Amino acid sequence: MSEPIISARLSKDFQRNIMERFIEFALLCSAAFAVFITSAIVYVLVSEAIPFFQHVSIYEFLTDTVWTPNYSIKHYGILPLISGTLTTTFIALLVAVPLGTITAIYLSEFASHKVRETVKPILELLVGVPTVVFGYFALMLVTPLLQKIYPDLTTFNMLGPGIVMGVMIVPYIASLAEDSMRAVPMAMREGAYAMGATRFQTSVRVITPAAISGIVAAYILAISRAVGETMIVAIAAGQQPNFTFNPVESAATITSYIVSVALGDLEHGGIGYQSIFAAGLTLLVMTLLLNILGHMTRKKFAERY
Amino acid sequence: MVTEKNKHNEIVKAESKNLNFFYADGTQALKKINLPVYENKITALIGPSGCGKSTFLRSFNRMHDLYPGNKYEGEIILYPDNTNILDKKVDPIEVRMRISMVFQKPNPFPKSIFENVAYGLRVRGENNKRILDDKVEEALKGASLWNEVKDRLQDLAFNLSGGQQQRLCIARALATEPEIMLFDEPTSALDPIATVNIEELMSELKKKLSILIVTHNMQQAARISDYTAYMYLGELVEHDDTNKIFTNPSKKETEDYITGKFG
Repeated sequence: MSEPIISARLSKDFQRNIMERFIEFALLCSAAFAVFITSAIVYVLVSEAIPFFQHVSIYEFLTDTVWTPNYSIKHYGILPLISGTLTTTFIALLVAVPLGTITAIYLSEFASHKVRETVKPILELLVGVPTVVFGYFALMLVTPLLQKIYPDLTTFNMLGPGIVMGVMIVPYIASLAEDSMRAVPMAMREGAYAMGATRFQTSVRVITPAAISGIVAAYILAISRAVGETMIVAIAAGQQPNFTFNPVESAATITSYIVSVALGDLEHGGIGYQSIFAAGLTLLVMTLLLNILGHMTRKKFAERY
Repeated sequence: MVTEKNKHNEIVKAESKNLNFFYADGTQALKKINLPVYENKITALIGPSGCGKSTFLRSFNRMHDLYPGNKYEGEIILYPDNTNILDKKVDPIEVRMRISMVFQKPNPFPKSIFENVAYGLRVRGENNKRILDDKVEEALKGASLWNEVKDRLQDLAFNLSGGQQQRLCIARALATEPEIMLFDEPTSALDPIATVNIEELMSELKKKLSILIVTHNMQQAARISDYTAYMYLGELVEHDDTNKIFTNPSKKETEDYITGKFG
């Protein structure tokens, strides 16, 4: 059989195809870059943590309740760091979730256009405040204030930095939750008002459930942010690894331990040095679990309006 | 108590008097509309897109209040109260409790079938489980949806088909026993079979309440309504018995529109 004859106007445009291929490749490269960086981080963490776990068993790491890698009697139990991380995160969420959600409801459903356009940028400005500033804010202002109410409170505690961390996270929750509430179609709002609902009833009983997937996503992001927060707790929580969930005691979190070691003069390759990679790996696993949880909740509440 | 009647001895349920309406940008969407809505009758509003029929409908439950800058002039009198519901002293929420609305696109809430119907009752403070059960069942029967959903009242409303969702929205509006029901092109997003269901339902509903419906489907207006009003560019061109409008309209513009010469 002979080759089919294709007219010049219908034949393939060679130049255009090359261009398309090139663009596709460029896009693939930038997507792959993020994946590469993530893999590199995981590789470094794991490869440095392996010698550590050859010295300390995983069982001891996960069950010992004392963390003293820099003392003469060495213990390598991650639990005090985890308890510190979880407690400060929990206090932060206690502040940020109600405050952020209420702010979002106000901005999305109650505020006039003018108020919203003024308040939102100011709120988002809070995100730009360096966390060092927040740390000293907790140490110099919030903790002394708390000590007036509760005199036994030590200078370094988890309550003050926890609260300040919560304040820091409010804009994240408020901004993201507000976006998802504003994305709820006007038809849904009109439907509720047409039933004789008040503004408050509409926002709480209709708009919030309709926007729940975005709101939950905001919470998850806030948790990840709190778990990873370093400076505030490093400055104001005392860097004392205590296995306690009591917020008035001082403590260290995983991140504040890492930063304190990184700033100190530990020899490279020593067990103390390697311990920060084990701690970092723990942190990575924690945030990974949170992200998976977040993904699952988002799927469960998938937007369906 | 004042009751106004027309030549057929039908009771006027509500009536717009010299109604003007301005959107926030200053455009006048309604110009001196005088139109009665009769009790237990279906009044249909027809006209080309942008003629103001939806704007007019949405004035009846003060929907325009939701957006700042909108302005009403004139009156909508609701009987038997003989009160102008557009009056600043009238609470729009109270108006909406008595005049409910079904929208163009089904807009169920992100809740279960049961909670969708119970919503209006809960908003009114009703939380008694027995009363809610009874009223939800009654409303779903009234919207001829009960048989299809009675075994899955706790399912999410979004799992229903479009036609079922629209009947759910009707049940939701029905549960609070409104006096007037406003329909804003209720079948435009539905297939022909679902449309027939809704139309039959409306003919059933008018035994209990008064209906004002916006439709861009002239056959629908002819099929179900008792009265038809033809609007054009914010003005009411003609309002009469549906039969008369579709067989022997008195205005040339109306005839041009219904015969398809225009629009």
